[in-house]
Amino acid sequence: MVELTINTDVAYKILTRFIKSEVERVGFSRVVVGLSGGLDSALSCALAVEAVGAENVLAVRMPYKISSADSLDHAQLMIDQFKVQHETIEITDMVEPLFVRDPQITKLRMGNAMARARMIVLYDQSESFKGLVLGTSNKTEILLGYSTLWGDMASAINPIGDLYKTHVRQLSRAINIPAPIVDKPPSADLWEGQTDENELGYTYAEVDKLLYLLIDQRYSPQECIEEGFNEKFVNSVITRIRRNQFKRMMPPIAKLSNRTIGYDFLYLRDWGT
Amino acid sequence: MKINLALAQIATKLGDVEANLEKHLSYIKQAKEQKTDLLVFPELSLTGYVLQDLVASVAHKPTDDDPVFKHLLKASQDLDLVVGFVDEDSRHRFFIASAYLSGGKVLHVHHKVYLPTYGLFDEGRFFAWGDSIRSFDTRFGRVGMLICEDFWHASPPYLLWLDGADIMLFSSASPGRGLNDKEKLESARWVERVSKAYASMFTSFVAHCNRVGFEDGLLFWGGATVNDPNGELLARGPYFEEALTFAEMDLNQLRRTRARLPLLRDERTALVQKELDRILSRG
Repeated sequence: MVELTINTDVAYKILTRFIKSEVERVGFSRVVVGLSGGLDSALSCALAVEAVGAENVLAVRMPYKISSADSLDHAQLMIDQFKVQHETIEITDMVEPLFVRDPQITKLRMGNAMARARMIVLYDQSESFKGLVLGTSNKTEILLGYSTLWGDMASAINPIGDLYKTHVRQLSRAINIPAPIVDKPPSADLWEGQTDENELGYTYAEVDKLLYLLIDQRYSPQECIEEGFNEKFVNSVITRIRRNQFKRMMPPIAKLSNRTIGYDFLYLRDWGT
Repeated sequence: MKINLALAQIATKLGDVEANLEKHLSYIKQAKEQKTDLLVFPELSLTGYVLQDLVASVAHKPTDDDPVFKHLLKASQDLDLVVGFVDEDSRHRFFIASAYLSGGKVLHVHHKVYLPTYGLFDEGRFFAWGDSIRSFDTRFGRVGMLICEDFWHASPPYLLWLDGADIMLFSSASPGRGLNDKEKLESARWVERVSKAYASMFTSFVAHCNRVGFEDGLLFWGGATVNDPNGELLARGPYFEEALTFAEMDLNQLRRTRARLPLLRDERTALVQKELDRILSRG
C-alpha cells in the first residue's frame, strides 16, 4: 500500500513562506500567474494570495479561440473567491498567423506554440505589473515531461514542483479551492476534449504511486513490479522520465575554459540575498 | 549554578557577511537585555549555508584584528557567544567552523568533522574536513560543540562526553525534507529524537540551534531545542520563523541526575578501546 498523504498544514506553511521569501528577497512584492481554469494554476494562485496578499497577485487568463468555456468560468471562480487582480488576454491573434502558414500543422505544434505564446504574455505582464511569474508545473508532469519547454514550464519560482498531482489535489481541497476545479479531469485544454489522463494512458492516481516509489523511495524497477505494478507500465514511465531529462535542465554548454557556467561556476540563485 | 542560555535561530543573507554580522549584533543586544549568559547562533550563521563558489570570499579568521570578529569579540565581553563561520587556516584550507567567544577571547574553534556529500549536500566538494573533537573549559564548566552532520554520527557526542563536556552545543543549517502525513518534517523529527537521546544517554545538557529562512528552494526549519540531563525538553523555538529561545539551565541537575543514573561513572572506556582496536585492526 503506497501512502501519498501529506500534512497539508505543513505544506501550506512552507510553500507560502517560500513564495514570500523568494519574491521579496529580489526586491519584488508582486506575482503574476497564468490562470488556466485548471487545478495546478489555481493552487499556485491561492498560495500566492496567502503569501503576498490578493492585491499583489495578477491572475491572467489567456484563452485561445477554441478554449473551453469551462476554463474561463473556472478561472473566474478563483478570481471571485480569492479577489485577485486579473486580466484576460486572448492569444488567438498571436498564434493564428503562425498556424495559417502551414496547413499541415499538428495539434502538438499548435499546443506548444500556444503554451509559448502564454509564456510571452506572462513575462510581458511580469514587467508591466512588476511581479515575478509563478510556476504551475507539478512534480508528476515535470518528471513525465508532460509540458512544453519554455512554455508552461517557464517561471521565476515554482511553489508546487515538489508536489505530485495527488498532493496538489489534496492540498487544494484543504485550502478550499472551488470544487468544480478540484473535481474535473485535468486537461491542458490545448484542443477540444483533451485530457491529461487520456493522453498519458494512465491515471495520475496510478502513476503518482509508482513515481513515489521510484523517485522518493528509490525502489528499483523490479521492486516496483514486485509491489504489483505492471511491468510495461513501469518501463514506459521510466523511459519517459529519462527521455524528458532535457526539459528539466538548462542547455549544456560545451566546456572550453577552466571555469564554465553550469560546471564549475556554482552559485545559488539567492546569491547575495 | 544556573545559567541563561539563548538560541538565535536566524535567517542569513547568502554570502553577505556584513549584513549577517549586523543581525548577530542586534540579536546579541536583545539577548543581553534579557540577561543571557550564553548565546548560540546556527551553523555558518555569518555566511549562509549553500556557499559553493562563495566559500573563499566569505572566509574569516577568528582574531581580534579581523573586521568581523573584532566586533563579536568585543560583544563577548558581556556574554559568551557561539558563532558559525568559514574558517581559513594559514595554508588556505576552508572549514565549516563554530567559534566559542568569551571575555573578548576565542576559547575554542571546532571544525566540522563530518561533511555530508550526498543527496542534496555537497560540502565535501567545497570544504576541508575537520580532524579533532575536543571539549573545552568555560566559565560554565566543560562544553563541547558539534555542527550538524557531526551529531548524525554517534561517535562525536560520545567523544565529547568522555572528554568532559557536560553541555553540548549543536548548531545546524538543516534543510527541511521528508514531508509526509506527520505534523513534523522527517528531518526535524530525526534531529529532535537524537538530541533528546544524547541528553538522556550522556546525562548532559544538549542544546540545538538550527537556522531558518530559504536558500533557493531549501527551507531551514529552525525549531531550536534544549534538553536537560534527564532528556526532558527545557525549551523549544518555533518552526520556520526567526526567534530567540531562552532556557534556564540549572547545572546542579547534572549532579542530581548522575547520582540517580551513573551512566558516566559506569562507562567502560577501556573495553570500548579494546574492542575498537580489535575491530579496526581486523583484516
